[in-house]
Amino acid sequence: MRIGIVCPYSLDVPGGVQNHVKDLAEALISRGHHVSVLAPSEETDLPPYVVPAGRAVPVPYNGSVARVSFGPVVASRVRRWVRDGRFDVVHLHEPASPSLSLIALWAAECPVVATFHTSNVRSRAMSASASILRPSLEKISARIAVSEYARDTLVNHIGGEPVVIPNGVYVDRYTSASARPEWQGESGTVCFVGRLDEPRKGFALMAAAFNEVAAGRPGLRLLVVGGGDVDAARQRLTPAVRDQVQFLGRASDEDKATALRSADVYVAPNTGGESFGIVLVEGMAAGATVLASDIPAFRRVLADGELGVLFRSEQVPSLAAELAALLDDPARRSALDAAAAGAVRRYDWSAVAAQVEQVYETVAVDTGRVS
Amino acid sequence: MSTFLTVLAVVLAVLVGLWLWWTAHRLDRMHHRIELARTSLDVQLQRRSGAVLELVALAGSGNLDRASALLLHEAAHEARAADHATMESAESNLSEVLRAVLPDAEDVAFLREDPDVSRVVDDLAGDCRKVELARRFHNDVVVSARALRSRRRVRWLRLAGHAAELATVDLDDEPPAALRAD
Repeated sequence: MRIGIVCPYSLDVPGGVQNHVKDLAEALISRGHHVSVLAPSEETDLPPYVVPAGRAVPVPYNGSVARVSFGPVVASRVRRWVRDGRFDVVHLHEPASPSLSLIALWAAECPVVATFHTSNVRSRAMSASASILRPSLEKISARIAVSEYARDTLVNHIGGEPVVIPNGVYVDRYTSASARPEWQGESGTVCFVGRLDEPRKGFALMAAAFNEVAAGRPGLRLLVVGGGDVDAARQRLTPAVRDQVQFLGRASDEDKATALRSADVYVAPNTGGESFGIVLVEGMAAGATVLASDIPAFRRVLADGELGVLFRSEQVPSLAAELAALLDDPARRSALDAAAAGAVRRYDWSAVAAQVEQVYETVAVDTGRVS
Repeated sequence: MSTFLTVLAVVLAVLVGLWLWWTAHRLDRMHHRIELARTSLDVQLQRRSGAVLELVALAGSGNLDRASALLLHEAAHEARAADHATMESAESNLSEVLRAVLPDAEDVAFLREDPDVSRVVDDLAGDCRKVELARRFHNDVVVSARALRSRRRVRWLRLAGHAAELATVDLDDEPPAALRAD
């Protein structure tokens, strides 16, 4: 199929939507499709499948600053891309944002698929402009939401019955990452991933449990991946165990994979706000045994404890007890790891792209052109 | 002054006219999209019953027992022979028979022992999923078109023209659990 994908946000800055678009495009290309990605960018060394739409301007939108492209020059470039692409399907991301996707929606004459990423039920921008957006959004043949939360947001503001297709993970990038011996402890390594100053990520719980578990295990190491105030975070640790904790800061994807790969146990003490728990899949793919709070999203990913261990959310004693038990039981860890290694395959981008492909095939089934 | 008022009235009339024309255009576009979505759904349903018949033909003398083969054959034929009025019940019936014949992963794994049959099972799983998608996308457009058609300007000025009443397609399209990808 000839597929045109539109990303509204600048590829020159990192972001969830941008990563999703690039990963999806690469997965579709490896499945044999012709893919062209239109996105704002001024870089010169772009992947071959990207068509740059020019400069992105920072504008306040929906409570934060978005780097987007618009204006007459951009619009004519979008129209040319749509016309010359002769696409079977155009796939827009975040079509409600004031950028390329919305312009492409006007220009597209072939079936249009749209993916909604925003998960904010009280999105002011979306509810205020729903009536202005509606005539455009009517042109969409199929809507995809990346999580149950994104789905609820969409249903609240625009209505309809979107299909939920989650983000994918390139499982092999984690499976094939190599561990770093200097990050590992003699009697085991634990890893935590998440911003230090975001309470929902649960670093306070991690620190309290580690104080307890590490007290009798001088060879135990904790790797902390995530930005935030390291000094404040260090204060949460008792002086006796402080040297056993290594803060890696806001790490690149490669470093995150290496940290997870180096760990025996990956702890996810999140207290809520996780719509899917992709990071658990990354941990499982890297071969770390997952110990996670029993919030609904994590329960689902861990198949109620078949693929990892659940502790009672926000309960330090439960977390500490389960962590100590896991560290002392290598046999149980390898049994869980073996089960997890098979289960993560269905979150791989190849499987996720196959689901997206089914949506394309449904809307582009022997149709003529749509006006 | 009166020239000014005349000009104003003409401008207003043109704007209102454009707005009404635009609404009619939106409706027209939606009706077209509904037709396409309906075609897609019909094609997917046709492919699904086709895959069931192929499964019966291939596995009927192998790992699919005679009773299951008969049930599937009958339901698939009924679905293909159904007219507009009986389509929903015949297709729901096929979904129900599929779930009854392939209740769990073991049954599917047994069928898949033959690589040719396994390919047909893959097709069938994909077709079941696409039926679900196509029906959902179809009903989505129908619901938004109905919302637009219930607007006063559309009802009073009959902007929808002679287009038929819009109906969602309500049928049981749940596939056997063992054929789901996730």
